[in-house]
Amino acid sequence: MWLKFEARTEPSLLMRYLSPVLAVFLMLICGLVLFSVLGKNPMEGFKVFFLNPVKDTYGMAELLLKATPLMLCAVGLSVGFRANIWNIGAEGQLLIGALAGGWVALHFEHSTSPLLLPAMILAGALGGMLWAAIPAFLRTRFNANEILTSLMLVYIAQLVVSWLVHGPWKDPDGFNFPQTKQFQVHAMLPLLKAGTRLNAAFLVGIGGLVVGWVFMNRSFLGYQMKVAGQAENASRYAGFSAKRTVWFGMLAGGCMAGIAGLAEVAGPIGQLTEHISPGYGFAAMIVAFLGRLNPIGIFFSSLLMALLYLGGEQAQQYLNLPSSISNVFQGMLLFFLLGSDVFVYFRPRFARRNK
Amino acid sequence: MNTRKSVATILGGAVLLAATSLLAQAPVKVGFVYVSPIGDAGWTYQHDLGRKQMEAALSGKVTTQFVENVPEGADAERVIREMAQSGCKVVFTTSFGYMNPTLKVAPTYPNTVFMHATGYKTAVNVGQYNARFYEGRYLNGVIAGKMTKSNIAGYVAAFPIPEVLQGINAFTQGMKSVNPKAEVRVIWVNSWFDPGKEREAALTLISQGADMVTHHTDSTAVVQAAEEKGVYSFSYHSDMSKYGPKTQLSGTTHIWGEFYIKTIKDVMAGTWKPTSIWGGIKDGMIKIAPMNAAVPKDVKALVTKLEGEIRSGKRHPFVGPVVDQDGKTRVPAGQVMKDEELTKMDYYVQGVDSKLPKS
Repeated sequence: MWLKFEARTEPSLLMRYLSPVLAVFLMLICGLVLFSVLGKNPMEGFKVFFLNPVKDTYGMAELLLKATPLMLCAVGLSVGFRANIWNIGAEGQLLIGALAGGWVALHFEHSTSPLLLPAMILAGALGGMLWAAIPAFLRTRFNANEILTSLMLVYIAQLVVSWLVHGPWKDPDGFNFPQTKQFQVHAMLPLLKAGTRLNAAFLVGIGGLVVGWVFMNRSFLGYQMKVAGQAENASRYAGFSAKRTVWFGMLAGGCMAGIAGLAEVAGPIGQLTEHISPGYGFAAMIVAFLGRLNPIGIFFSSLLMALLYLGGEQAQQYLNLPSSISNVFQGMLLFFLLGSDVFVYFRPRFARRNK
Repeated sequence: MNTRKSVATILGGAVLLAATSLLAQAPVKVGFVYVSPIGDAGWTYQHDLGRKQMEAALSGKVTTQFVENVPEGADAERVIREMAQSGCKVVFTTSFGYMNPTLKVAPTYPNTVFMHATGYKTAVNVGQYNARFYEGRYLNGVIAGKMTKSNIAGYVAAFPIPEVLQGINAFTQGMKSVNPKAEVRVIWVNSWFDPGKEREAALTLISQGADMVTHHTDSTAVVQAAEEKGVYSFSYHSDMSKYGPKTQLSGTTHIWGEFYIKTIKDVMAGTWKPTSIWGGIKDGMIKIAPMNAAVPKDVKALVTKLEGEIRSGKRHPFVGPVVDQDGKTRVPAGQVMKDEELTKMDYYVQGVDSKLPKS
């Protein structure tokens, strides 16, 4: 008996949606094996890793808080990814968004205006879009590959953040430590539930998912971008502008990433420091694909991804596992997802070997 | 009425006493939050050595837990809170970026003691601790000044914050105290941990003629690069002599164990106070790494003598006159630098041959 893969005449819709579920399932199985290989009781490991983080209201709120920047970045990215626009630089766009929004907070440090927060969010979105506009311009004008340019701009953004918090924006009363002043209360996103850290950014995230869904499924431009991604020639034949697709794909990603950055600094962090994001912009790519580039899917995949972060902390504290355990789970998830996606286009067949 | 009340009070007190003595028998839970993976050398590694030393010394009376590689952003607060929530009586948060998160968590857990390293804010249940690393740097500088042939030392540094500048300046002060011709060159790598950049910076300094190198970064790259090139080095955070067996002359080593033991004992005895502790050689919070066989006997003797003088308070690395690069006298002759001045240091002393990045 030989395992063969036959090309399907049409991609399997069922497998398209089943594949993430399969990937999660395989990740869990391998996780249990991993726990026992590391000498831990697998059931205990499962409980600590996946259930402990959400055992109370505070834990649930933390999960949603952690998922917010992921869902924001992922929904923005998926607009571009659907049209084969590969924005790898959401991390940088997130940072510049945080800087732009943070600048508003620091510049109007005595403002009590109810417009302060909306202005910060707007500035965050514009900052992210500005950073995304650079690779969009380079792509449309010079045909420079946006994968490279957007990625390289991440490192530039990190250095800009570092320079500002070590230099011009440093808190004058902060003993020269690399951080700005803490934001005043009017520049902080309101909490959704007292006693937790969950703030209004979560609602913005949900709003982003809804807008993303409407755009992708109900708008003509969204349709054009889908066609551009699935059949480039057909798109050109229909007279859809390729440049507009690039611009819109990049800017959508930048806008959402910028808001995510602002939400972090005006939420749980409360000031600008060198450590705004532990790589949300990169993790969001896994979230986007695990969610099938679909806002509803992204909602669930961002929760799962957030749980992997939280679970990793718990596994360290209560099981003495190394910190890389979160990365191992994330890596397994992506690996199994890519593996399972083979079944979308191919059908496995057990066949006798033909002479 | 009165008698009944006092009987009740006595009874209540007895119950309370019994409860406390019962509690006292349960081991104290102690949590550590680390900024990087523990690894086998560096900042976090030294804290973890301290944790283990404390656990061994107070065996049976404490249990410890730790979480490593915790980002200094939004995640820190959750990890610190979880430690307190899970019943830790003492939580050590071991990186500067944990200061504000620690202060945010502390009011919710008034019965937990939080100790934050290298910051400047305290609260009723939040204390600060740090070490006078510059004392070790001064002694390292003395060795460098005695042994250099080219009179140039190279210094690979992370960020120009006061703690790092104290180290560079103390090293320079020490070097110049025995060798007026000495100069120190600095390369900033803008990262606490970047072995590639650290190595490159060390090689650049060596090619510029430095025959002594040291670093204020977290990896072993500089010591390794020096070993390869046959140039002498001084390690930081950890003793890295296994990475530079022939060339690491000494180093400045962080010792947290004694301090952790003392803190836990204070907490157990109820004598803990939320203060800022800045301990040096005298308090056993830093040591210089064992001196290499290549260090001549007279230099060893001199360093041991100076170490004793620092311990007894007879000598201060920043004894006046301390003059900065621009010729401004920062500490007049006959005085020593005050702690407030040390914590705000933002200049190079004379003898540093580089310019500080302007901000």
